[in-house]
Amino acid sequence: MTAARPLPYTAMARMAGRRLLHAAPVLLAVTFGVFAIAAASPFDPVKAYAGTAGMTASKEALADLRANLGADQPFAARWWDWLTTALSGDLGDSTSMRQPVAAVIGERIGWTMLLCAVAFAAAVVVGTLLGVLAARRRGGLLDRTVTSLAYSLEAAPPFWLGLLAVWLFALQLGVLPAGGLTDTGTDTATFGQVGSHLLLPASVLAVSQLPWFVLYVRQGVGDALDEDPVRGAKARGLAPRTVLFGHALRSGLLPVLTLIGTRVPELITGALLIETVFSWPGIAAATVEAATGVDFPLLAALTVLATAAVLLGNLISDLLYGLADPRVGFDG
Amino acid sequence: MADSLTGAGAGAGGWRTRGAKRRSARTLRIRTSSAIVILVVLAVLVVPPLAQLDQQAVDITAKLNPPSWSHLFGTDDVGRDVLLRCVYGLRVSLLVGVVAALVATVIGTAVGALAGALGGRLDRLVMRLVDTFSSVPHLLLGIFIVAMFRPGVWPVIISVGLTHWVSTARIVRAEVLSLRGRPFIDAAISGGASRRRVAVRHLIPGVLPQAALAAVLMVPHAIWHESALSFLGLGLPAHTASLGAMVSGGRGALLAGDWWPVAFPGLFIVVPTLAVAGLAAAWRERLNPRRQSELML
Repeated sequence: MTAARPLPYTAMARMAGRRLLHAAPVLLAVTFGVFAIAAASPFDPVKAYAGTAGMTASKEALADLRANLGADQPFAARWWDWLTTALSGDLGDSTSMRQPVAAVIGERIGWTMLLCAVAFAAAVVVGTLLGVLAARRRGGLLDRTVTSLAYSLEAAPPFWLGLLAVWLFALQLGVLPAGGLTDTGTDTATFGQVGSHLLLPASVLAVSQLPWFVLYVRQGVGDALDEDPVRGAKARGLAPRTVLFGHALRSGLLPVLTLIGTRVPELITGALLIETVFSWPGIAAATVEAATGVDFPLLAALTVLATAAVLLGNLISDLLYGLADPRVGFDG
Repeated sequence: MADSLTGAGAGAGGWRTRGAKRRSARTLRIRTSSAIVILVVLAVLVVPPLAQLDQQAVDITAKLNPPSWSHLFGTDDVGRDVLLRCVYGLRVSLLVGVVAALVATVIGTAVGALAGALGGRLDRLVMRLVDTFSSVPHLLLGIFIVAMFRPGVWPVIISVGLTHWVSTARIVRAEVLSLRGRPFIDAAISGGASRRRVAVRHLIPGVLPQAALAAVLMVPHAIWHESALSFLGLGLPAHTASLGAMVSGGRGALLAGDWWPVAFPGLFIVVPTLAVAGLAAAWRERLNPRRQSELML
């Protein structure tokens, strides 16, 4: 591992290609499922499109609209229509935002990525640190504190933690803003403004992701510390620091860190709640608004997008795992 | 770590006292968890029919009173008692959680057992379905289902049930596969037992403990999910007391500096969840004593 070794690019590319081929039917199935659920529900696209005007419109006008929207066709036909236009780049119009779906996503996805990336990075760094510290003396005071804190945090709903954080940091201490992207009254998003508004939501999102990292790192490193090579290294009288960094962390930490790609679903779940609590103008908050307004085109697009993100996370995870542990390889 | 390398006698002694300490800590954990679970079940079952109190009783003169002896958890923005509403909310959340967990467990056990027992092409198909379902984030799929079928209790239950069966299906399938390879199943088959008899006498009893454990662990998950949906305003109808809706409803008061309408309903989610997880860990330790216990959520 220490000598520079060329990465197995071809094997990795082949794995990525295979996964892409697997992802296509999964995404297809998800879009089909989304349309099937909508077809089975009492949801009526015509009424959703017409809004309050639909209450007073004549039967004929509604029937015309129905034919225009293609809502009189069976759902499989509507699914196929949606799919073919979506593949040409047109995801339809959002009924709650009165904007093309692609524009809504384009405007908001950057803010969500920023929030998630900062929170995720913080969770990885802090989680690894706490996990390693806890694993060094399993059953010790630090270990017990960290572990029980992790379990309590895991049980706490992120939206509740978010509101308590607002109460403490924004209201009692008055050090951080309670929500939004910028102060009220300013339109331009400057670096400092966004930074100060990002700190609280990103910290709460990080805290909600933290328990998993702490517990897995603790388990991985703790098990590695009990393995024979580590015991051997200790018996040879190597310094505890050398044993920890040179032996235990390499075999215990690396596999855990590669798993972070599989945390995308939990990150999306957390973002859905945190963005709503902090009025963060991201895509997850838009999802909740779309659900409240029964905005089917936007919801369908976002569900597919989230699924693609999850599959991408899994792929990254498997690639990293293959790199970290050559025995696993890139056959999956 | 260091004492495991010191002399054998000292090591053994240290091991024994440490083991005893761990056992007593475990007993304490089990007792506390049981006490909390019993208290919760009692409160939820007994308080509403016995107490002649109306949880919706509005008293504008007593709005947003901080916790005191007459209102232990304070009052909310229209003067309703937060403690009483928490108990009612927990009652609703627990009911929804138990039913949703049952739905998820029944679907998961049926799918997992069928896939594991029949194998072959059906198994591959089912596992692809499981993979597809687990690629969609739970809460997002739940939000989608609820948005389409809203409002009501059943959409919430179905949304939780349809998104949470996957893990149970995986567990049950793995268990069935491992049971199928055991000698006593071979013995039963070569003894002339019918498929049905093997399934009823050997497979189902073998799978049941794992499925039941998964079902118990599913209840806090379901409550978490329901309260998240209710918090987002997509869950139960607004007039039903629900813990998530209470947290959401307390937001205005919280932004004015009054913490109790938000803090207590959240605690009512966290504490029972931890208690159930503690009991489930103890149970799993009995099922599989060799594996060191970890709480599981």
